[in-house]
Amino acid sequence: MGFFQKIVAGIKKTKDALSKKLFFAFSARALDDEFYDNLEEALLVADVGYEATEALISELKDEIFSRKIKKPEEARDVLKQLMIDDLDYEIPEFEYPLVILLSGVNGVGKTTAIGKLAHMFKDMGKSVVIAAADTFRAAASDQLEVWGERAGVRVIRHNEGADPAAVVFDAISSAKAKNTDVVLVDTAGRLHNKKNLMAELQKICRVVERELPQADFRKYIVLDATTGQNAVSQAKIFSEDIETDGIVLTKLDGTAKGGVVLAISKEVELPVTYVGVGEKIDDLIPFDATDFVNALF
Amino acid sequence: MALFENLSDRMNHIFSKLRNRSKLTELEIKQAMREIRVALLEADVNYGVVKEFTAKVSEKALGEEILKSLTPGQQIVKIVYDELVALMGSTHQKLAVGDRPPTIYMMCGLQGAGKTTMCGKLALYLKKQGKKVLLVACDVYRPAAIKQLKIVADRVQTECFEMGQIKPLKIAQEAVKYALKNGYDTVILDTAGRLHIDEALMDELVGLKKEMKPTEILLVVDSMTGQDAVTVADAFNKQLDITGVIMTKLDGDTRGGAALSIKAVTGKPIKFSGTGEKPEDIEAFHPERMASRILGMGDVLTLIEKAQDAFTQEEAEKLSKKMRENSFTLEDYLEQLESMKKMGNLGDMVAMIPGLSGRLKGAPQIDEKQISHSKAIIRSMTPQERRNPEIIKASRRKRIANGSGTSIQEVNQLLKQFEMMKDMMAKMQKGGLRGLRALKGMF
Ligand SMILES: Nc1nc2c(ncn2[C@@H]2O[C@H](COP(=O)(O)OP(=O)(O)OP(=O)(O)O)[C@@H](O)[C@H]2O)c(=O)[nH]1
Ligand SMILES: [Mg+2]
Repeated sequence: MGFFQKIVAGIKKTKDALSKKLFFAFSARALDDEFYDNLEEALLVADVGYEATEALISELKDEIFSRKIKKPEEARDVLKQLMIDDLDYEIPEFEYPLVILLSGVNGVGKTTAIGKLAHMFKDMGKSVVIAAADTFRAAASDQLEVWGERAGVRVIRHNEGADPAAVVFDAISSAKAKNTDVVLVDTAGRLHNKKNLMAELQKICRVVERELPQADFRKYIVLDATTGQNAVSQAKIFSEDIETDGIVLTKLDGTAKGGVVLAISKEVELPVTYVGVGEKIDDLIPFDATDFVNALF
Repeated sequence: MALFENLSDRMNHIFSKLRNRSKLTELEIKQAMREIRVALLEADVNYGVVKEFTAKVSEKALGEEILKSLTPGQQIVKIVYDELVALMGSTHQKLAVGDRPPTIYMMCGLQGAGKTTMCGKLALYLKKQGKKVLLVACDVYRPAAIKQLKIVADRVQTECFEMGQIKPLKIAQEAVKYALKNGYDTVILDTAGRLHIDEALMDELVGLKKEMKPTEILLVVDSMTGQDAVTVADAFNKQLDITGVIMTKLDGDTRGGAALSIKAVTGKPIKFSGTGEKPEDIEAFHPERMASRILGMGDVLTLIEKAQDAFTQEEAEKLSKKMRENSFTLEDYLEQLESMKKMGNLGDMVAMIPGLSGRLKGAPQIDEKQISHSKAIIRSMTPQERRNPEIIKASRRKRIANGSGTSIQEVNQLLKQFEMMKDMMAKMQKGGLRGLRALKGMF
């Protein structure tokens, strides 16, 4: 099943509030104040956020004015396109050796996403090693090891409390020795306002850059689609502290639609790369802006 | 980003021109409500809840004497604040205790909300009240969830009951038998995270509830949750008739509007909040603090309380006087370093100061090793240097570094940090105390 279908299946199941609200808004007769109020509500309820919502609506109004649009259906297509434009980024192809580091606040789905990515690369015929660099949370490495087994990939781990940068160092050494294509780095969940933990993350990145300078190094922040406007702050600070390349948006199988990525895109221009749509190993799908926006409507 | 740090500032801006006029117009009140609406939406309060809330507040605002008062902005903020507190439940709600042992608390919630960590915190909290607590591993799905609970239990020195990956109901039943036999008066069931729309897994919880008759069913919610919080809470509440809510990860920089939304839709009290990754990072939920946080006014009360814990009254007065006079020296800094350690991270503190929460980046964070280095450095300075750090030029820095067994970089860093701290105090003085005074009038 493709991304779009999976999402749509999810929406049908959940009688999604947003698509109902958007449908309601666009079933208006005229593009009047009431129409804009309903539209605003629909976007706010999807966690698009106040500023991004107002920005989208004002862009829509400009388009409607300049193109003399009268019908709500036409307005809908314009809005869709505006949203797609906001989310559509050119993402460079992976080159190998490849290192992917996942970071993010606690509980967003980093470890699960690492498991899913390992499976994905295995399926592509790549060799993979996982660095269990969450040495802090109880049983984090054990959790990752289960994923390693499921994906058929080796996991480099140290004891609890060990230096995470040392785990990464070992994983990279192992990758170099065995000519492994992909190194996946799982990190401990950390709140972005904790300076010392962010510094630890920077140290991990430095190890990667020093030990594997020729590698294609991608740093993704994992965001939970259920998160509200705080996700903007997360994206901003993580990408300031470690130059982040993109977002992995998880838990889209719930009722939250992750509209906050629109707000993030306006503020930090960070592309969504993958989305998580469940707890199974193949529940990770490359992001597609058009499908994503279509699924919102 | 928002032009104004917090609602108080926004209100003052709207009403700043009105000081000398005796009446506010309806239009001005409307404008104020718009600002309140934006503040609440930015804090992730649910759209529907915001709508109802602003309607209620504007009714009050129009009816009251605020129009004639000298500080209409503050008056409106006060009404908003009072209503928020009232909505979230005015007082702290304690955990219920079962009629006969064991008391059973069942934790539930979405994936990644923080249930397992919270189980450990709650166990420690109850242990401190003299309870004997058994943790029960009913998350049989997530990889290594059982192992995680075991480690958590170990950390708070209590037992974890587990039977591997069998039916959670069976585990819970056996756990209760085990508890009775072994003198545990309290049982906490850790369940797997699940989506509220996952029928099979929700049925599992309903079954647990029916058979185990938990004393309390506690919904654990990530305080960073957005608009969907109401959908989730409503679904859990409808199916399980939860008895309370626990908000987690409040040590982040979220405004935490989800708390308000959840209380509004479920009517169930918020009982605790999680404020860190350590087992002792649990606090009884305080509606007043949450209200000022949602409004972006900083958690002044917590700050004051923490400060009170760490400093004696006298020390606090001395410090506050120095801050006022801007005469804080390295000598004072040395004295404060110890207390500072007790107060926790400086960054955490700054986050609670009104108006500064948004400017957290770059605030110094202090760890224990650094504190002892800092102390050594200051001790290697002459009294004159401590009072006038400006005179510490290169040669003096070298001497101080040698004397304290540190490096010149470390000396530089300490001096920089001290400057930052002084600067912050000046800001606290300007923004913080004004905000504090404004808040005082509210209690
Ligand atoms: N429904 C759903 N659940 C998910 C998804 N991704 C992860 N989860 C679940 O979310 C919970 C937390 O996932 P983890 O992968 O442990 O999250 P983490 O970010 O590594 O957590 P910490 O390391 O504790 O910070 C687990 O129960 C996962 O099964 C998803 O796409 N959909
Ligand atoms: Mg993890």
